[in-house]
Order: sequence, then structure tokens, then C-alpha cells
Amino acid sequence: MAGNDHGQQRRRIVQALGAAGALGAMGAAAPAFAQSTKLKVGFMLPYTGTYAALGRAIENGFKLYVSEQGGKLGGRELEYFTVDDESEPAKAPDNVNKLIKRDNVDVIVGTVHSGVQMAIVKAARDNNTLLIIPNAGVDEATGPLCAPNVFRVSFSNSQPGLAMGIVAALRGYKTAVTITWKYAAGEQSIGGFKETFEKGGGKVLKELYVPFPNVEFQALLTEIASIKPTCTYAFFAGGGAVKFVKDYAAAGLKDKVALLGPGFLTDGTLDAQGAAADGLLTTLHYADNLTTPRNTAFRLAYAKAYSSKADVYAVQGYDAAQLLGIGLRAVGGDIGQRPLLIRAMAAAEIDSPRGKITLSPSHNVVQDFYLRKVENGENKSIGLAAKALADPGRGCTMG
Amino acid sequence: MDLPIFLIQILNSVQYGLLLFLVASGLTLIFGIMGVINLAHGSFYMLGAYAAFTLSSLTGNLFTAIALGVILAVAFGYALEWVFFSFLYKRDHLQQVLLTYGLILVFEELRSLAVGDDVHGVPVPASLSASIPLGSTMTYPLYNLFISAACLVVAALLFVLLRCTKLGMMIRAGAANREMVQSLGIDINFLFRVVFALGVALAAFAGMIAAPASSVYPGMGNQVLIICFVVVVIGGIGSVIGALVAALLIGFIDTFGKVFLADYSGILVYLLMAIVLVWRPEGLFRENAA
Repeated sequence: MAGNDHGQQRRRIVQALGAAGALGAMGAAAPAFAQSTKLKVGFMLPYTGTYAALGRAIENGFKLYVSEQGGKLGGRELEYFTVDDESEPAKAPDNVNKLIKRDNVDVIVGTVHSGVQMAIVKAARDNNTLLIIPNAGVDEATGPLCAPNVFRVSFSNSQPGLAMGIVAALRGYKTAVTITWKYAAGEQSIGGFKETFEKGGGKVLKELYVPFPNVEFQALLTEIASIKPTCTYAFFAGGGAVKFVKDYAAAGLKDKVALLGPGFLTDGTLDAQGAAADGLLTTLHYADNLTTPRNTAFRLAYAKAYSSKADVYAVQGYDAAQLLGIGLRAVGGDIGQRPLLIRAMAAAEIDSPRGKITLSPSHNVVQDFYLRKVENGENKSIGLAAKALADPGRGCTMG
Repeated sequence: MDLPIFLIQILNSVQYGLLLFLVASGLTLIFGIMGVINLAHGSFYMLGAYAAFTLSSLTGNLFTAIALGVILAVAFGYALEWVFFSFLYKRDHLQQVLLTYGLILVFEELRSLAVGDDVHGVPVPASLSASIPLGSTMTYPLYNLFISAACLVVAALLFVLLRCTKLGMMIRAGAANREMVQSLGIDINFLFRVVFALGVALAAFAGMIAAPASSVYPGMGNQVLIICFVVVVIGGIGSVIGALVAALLIGFIDTFGKVFLADYSGILVYLLMAIVLVWRPEGLFRENAA
């Protein structure tokens, strides 16, 4: 009982501080009253299957920021609803409707899988539900399907490719061969690389494709050996990434044709790749060894709260909460003031553990990309690959 | 494409084909001789790969791990047949599909509980970690050649077992006429249990031997399962020789398809299957089973 009273007291103090802070920030213009009902946040994330760990990291990151704010965003307490999307596109329309129609949520946070994401974006557009995408990179979400109520705090598939193309051209690589699975995420990543690499004076000699999710690379590795480019840009993830990196090294190509890729090529797979990944260069918006005070504090808090290491997905979940917080603070917790809320979110400057991030006119994140090198089983940042890199948002008619 | 590269691609084709054969041979035995559609076959491949990962990190030696794993797989297959499959022979195929599909889900979940959902790698044993230079920019890993050699040895042993031993004769007779074999006083239930255990062991062995060259990840079995059914259907159900020929054929089509017809490489194998089915609905080697 005593502990409870104490907790309530502390919460009231935090509340008062929050209200004072909000008042201070916005002057007397917006009334910072606490809304009586809770704000409904719907997590549509994978909680089972291959991506289960990613879903949990995103939710953990989101809740970490909320608890740092005393359990409230913009003066509103939050109520969570969760749906396991199983990374199953076929079930996605039904699943997203559970949150929108049954639970009547105010905002959806989801998801990881690009196919599922397409269904969520469509439903969010149809029902005008606020949506924050914490991972899936499918270009369309902030391209042809962009909408005022759709935001992405992670990356677009093109972005890491765009960053790596710049690096490859700067390093003086003249020719490249690209290789990926024949599916949207791979093709968009390759498209990004090709765009900046050729703009920088390089030439992509051939684009090689493997049917998804086939992992027989030997034939195409032989093809790369016969073309002899100066570098190879590869997009694979998970088991495919492990096998490709190992096969590439086993084929003796690693020392002769530089292997480049987006961060997904070596993220969460380094233990399995072993020495085959040593020295590999990748680009991503996060690295294991960022020593900014912001990131150090974040990683410490995350480790304390969940006794596990924070990763890029946790950062993305954390920033989804930050973005929502900025919007809610601008309207004093009144989610009904949609235009004002969206304007504040679109103009947000977020102090992310990865560095400062903002949003592009198509509501995709604008962020620095790190060039990372695999050393001793870690993805170590060795500098910036591109500063404040934005996705062109092709096909988006907004903004 | 110049000659050295062309020869390397042929080597790639044979290598992929032989590995496919190793996985598919167990499936064609179980399917052809016992008449059981075993969708869980890919799961045995996956379990084999995970066994190689776990056992080789425990024992520190891949070959010990494989020897242990094969023994475990035989025992596991034997027990599975006893507990589940022995009740299925007289039921229709739909019930077999339901059971074996259920087993896929159970095995995936057990795997997830036991070792988690992470991707793993198995180190290539030091004695086989060398590479042979081929052409000016390429090398060929010795371990891949070792896999091919192992697959050839298994193919030869299997052929001898089925063609030249008494057990093989009984298995072939049991496939042709179950009742007749039974009336001759042969314990058909025991025989089928042995065949099933052999099939499981072949799939697990393929998973174990491929693990160092590949990677070990959730869902890896389902990917293999589909291509294995293609091998079995093209080769002729129950025919080990047919599986070998079909697997090599697919190895060539897949390898050269990726190089020359990249846009269609995903469908070429299935196109081949469709053509074979139209031409010979029973598969290439149906009539002389074994």
C-alpha cells in the first residue's frame, strides 16, 4: 500500500513536471490538460516465426521511451493492443482490421515484413488511421502509397543502397555486379545502389538474380568470377545472407572482388558467418559501436529494462514512440486535432540513438548512414557513408 | 562463356544435383515403397542440420557429430514409424498429408524451443577447409568436392543394398506386393520400419553434411521439400536410379538456367517437371522400380 501511494505520488509529480514542460515549450497557446481516456496504441508486429525477435525488440524500444516519459505521451496515458501478424501477408488484411475495427485504436505501430506492411498501409489509408512504420522498408509505403497519416522511422529499401553507391564510387571502384533475390526489397536495394554508383562514375555490368528464397549461389558466383568486376553489391538477409557470404569467401572471390551490401547482409548473422565476413563493408543507419552519449544512455537503459542488448530494431521502436510523442505534445494529447498533429510529426526533429533524424516530404526518415566494417564479429562504424540521406520518394504526390 | 568457366558450371551442376539426390532418395524410398506421402521429410533435413550444429559444437568434430547424428536419426525414424506411420498404411493419402504436415509444425516449434530462431553456421573441418584454384579469379572449396564424393558413395551403397542383398530383395518385393510378402512369412512391419528409418537417416545425413557449406536456419527444410518432390516425380516414384538422374538433370537446368535465362530460372525446374509429366506421366524410371 505504502509503495503504491509512493508510486502514485511520484507519477503525479512526473505528470506535473510534464505539464509544466509542455506549457513552457508551447506558451499558453495549447492547453496541456490531461485527457481522461487512454490513448489506444495498436502493435501489429510479428511475435512468432522468424521475425519474432524483431517484433519484441520494436515493442520493447517503444515502451522504453514511454516509460522514460513517465508512462505518458503528450499528457495521455497509453493503452496497448497487440496483434501477432506472423509475417503472413495473406492474414494481414484481417489482422489489421482487428486493430482498426475491433479495438478501435488511435494509432498503429507496425510492422517488419514488407508484404504485411502493404496491407497495413492500404488499411490505414482507407480508414485514415495514424500509422508509424517501425521497420518494413518497402519503398511504396512512402512512395506511390504515401499518405499524410503514414510515417516511417526506419528506412526505405533504397536508402542503404543509395548510401553504398556513394561509398563505392568514392572508393574508386569502376565496375560492379549486383546480386539479390528476385523480389521487391532486393530490387529496390539494387536500384538505390545503381543510381548513386553510376552517378559517381561507376558502371553496373550485370544485375544477377536468384529466385526467392533459393540459396544455390554457386552458378552465379562463377558468373561473377568470369565477369571480374571491381566490386559486388549483394542484398540478402537471414540464412541466405549467411550462405552467400560464406560461399563468396569459399569461392575465393572475397580478396579479388570487394563485397559490399546493405547492413542486413551482416546484421544478426555474424556469428554464423564467422571469418568469411571479416572486413566486409556494409551501410546502415545504425552500428554496434556508436559512442555518442545519446546512444550509450539508450543502450544502458535498454539493457537494464530488458536484460538484453539493444539492436537497430529496438532503436526504430524507440523512435516510433518519440515521433508519436512529438505529435501528441503539439496537440496537448488531443489526437482529434489531426492536421496539427500531422504537421508537428512531419516537422519533427528526433534525437534518436542513431543520431538526429527528420522526415522527408513523403514522411520517410531522413538520416545519416554509417559505413560499417566487420571486425572481430562486430559491425563497427568506420565513418559516415552519407549525411542526411533522403529517399527520393518517387511516385509520392504529397508534400 | 569461355571453356574453363563452362567446365566450372558443369561441376556446379553435378555438385548441386548430387546433394539433391541425397535428400530426395529417402523421400522416394518412403513414398515409393511404403506409399506414404511424407511432407515432414524436409523437417528431417532441417533436424539433421541443427543436429550437426549442436553435436559438432559439443563434440568439437564434425565427423563424430555426423556419426552420432546418423545413429540418432535411425532410432528416431524407427520410433516415429512405430508411433505414427504404422497406423497410416491403410488410411487414405489425405490423412497422411495431415499427419506429416502436423509433424512439420511440431518439429519447427520444438526446434524453436530447443535452439531458438537464430541463423547458425557450422565450421568446415580443418582437414577439408582448403580450396583448389580454378581459373584466374576463382577457387573451389574442397569441402564441396567432399560432399559430392559422399553423395556418390551413398548412392552406390543404396544401389547395392537394394539390388544385391536379401534385405533389398525383401524391400522391393514388399513394395510390389505387400500381402504376398507377408504370406511368405516375412515381417513386413519390421521391414517398413527399417525402410522408414533409412529414409529419415538419409535426409538427416544430407542436412548434416550440407550444414558447413550452407547455413542452418528456421524453415530450411520446407524449401528443400518442394524441390525433392520435383526430383521424385520426375525420376519416377520409388526409383532410386530415377531420383539420381532427375536430381542431376535439375542440377544442370538450375545452374545453367540461372546463367542463361535469369528471368525464368525460378520456373525452369517446374517447366521440366510439367514436360516430363506430359511425356511420361509415371516419371522417367517408373516400371523397373529400384
